[in-house]
Amino acid sequence: MTLTGVSVRRRGRSILGPLDASLNGGGLSILMGPNGAGKTTLLRALHGLERVSTGDIHWTDPKDAEGRNQGFVFQTPVLMRRSVLDCIAYPLQLDGVKRAEAREQARARANEVGLNVNLDQAVMFLSGGEKQKMALARALMRRPRILFLDEPCANLDGRSVKEIEEILLRIKDGGTRILMSTHDLGQARRLADSVLFLHAGKLVEQAIGDDFFRAPQTAEAKAYLKGEILL
Amino acid sequence: MWQAARLVATFDPDLVEITALSLRVSLGATVIASLIGLPLGAWLAVNRFPARRFVIAILNALMGLPPVVVGLMVYMLFSRSGPFGVLGLLFTPTAMVIAQVIIITPIIASVAHQAIRELWADYHDLLISLQATRLQRIKTLLWDGRRALMTASLAGFGRAIGEVGAIMIVGGNIDHATRVLTTAIALETGKGEFDMALALGFVLIGLAILVNLGLHFISRTERGARW
Repeated sequence: MTLTGVSVRRRGRSILGPLDASLNGGGLSILMGPNGAGKTTLLRALHGLERVSTGDIHWTDPKDAEGRNQGFVFQTPVLMRRSVLDCIAYPLQLDGVKRAEAREQARARANEVGLNVNLDQAVMFLSGGEKQKMALARALMRRPRILFLDEPCANLDGRSVKEIEEILLRIKDGGTRILMSTHDLGQARRLADSVLFLHAGKLVEQAIGDDFFRAPQTAEAKAYLKGEILL
Repeated sequence: MWQAARLVATFDPDLVEITALSLRVSLGATVIASLIGLPLGAWLAVNRFPARRFVIAILNALMGLPPVVVGLMVYMLFSRSGPFGVLGLLFTPTAMVIAQVIIITPIIASVAHQAIRELWADYHDLLISLQATRLQRIKTLLWDGRRALMTASLAGFGRAIGEVGAIMIVGGNIDHATRVLTTAIALETGKGEFDMALALGFVLIGLAILVNLGLHFISRTERGARW
């Protein structure tokens, strides 16, 4: 995809951009930057959850632009008042798939993401990691070509983070393009094929993952990787 | 007091008839008002349009609609000289249902709107992300919010079963035709027949509790770990 002069303004205040970027090929790209850098806003704008004020998002393959070919995992999983299985099956039910068939596929998807719990219990009784796995399984129900994740491992324990990361690598190997934001430098190092570093709503640096961590080019990125506070 | 208890315990035919009609009218009105009010509440929660706040304010104001005024309006509409007089519905249970629907629809819609609005805030991003159509959003919110919506309907039923002013005017409290628990209580009290009035009062309270318990049981709302 190519972003040209993309900006998001809210109540007259600039939240993001204007920024230009190009994301081609597959793999897993990490959006990095301090709080308020615009990571979530950029992900939401790419997915169509946020109205772009100016600029244009051009998708090289028009199929990628279709919402049903994209999946989104929110930082705080949206918990529907349903059983775990029905929560995961929900996207297919929207597509008109019969409930039994949708639940069957949901069971397979839960298995794929290693969600080994009683799937008939209410989703609110799951642990934090299990809730995020449920959200991941739900986002994968339509077999998206692109998967957006907004800090999916925030507030999770180490074991859950490791499990989620392994799942993401498997999804990536399956050919799904992943764009994910994170605060966790260690996680970014482990997962990033490429990095987009944002600061104060601007795209400050874009690089291949290893290059970014080995030799960041901008003062902001250098300071961030050193653990300094960016204002 | 004992006389009242005896009337209830022996299933006094008059008492049974009055109770059955009360249930028929109030449950009928609740079902119709729910069919109108629940989707209306959900629609108002999901859609944004210029006069939305105004409509919600009107709806909330209509919750306090005086039943006697509603009764008067329905009376005028269905009286012989009124626009719907030809239907011959005045002093029938149907007219009573219509009056109750007018009284309780704003209550059901308003409570439903509040519940659905909170659910919509939780679900908004997910439903937009999954590209749910407007109709699918409303259906999802109604289904997932069904417990809160049941409370909305029960609030409407509570108001309907205890309502007296409007149905007295449009029903006329006619024996074996339009006499319900509340109008009968008013009549028996007026006659000084306190035993019968008290018996009717017991039944009225019992009915309200039974219907609430029954609905909670049917919808299995207490099975906390499952939906």
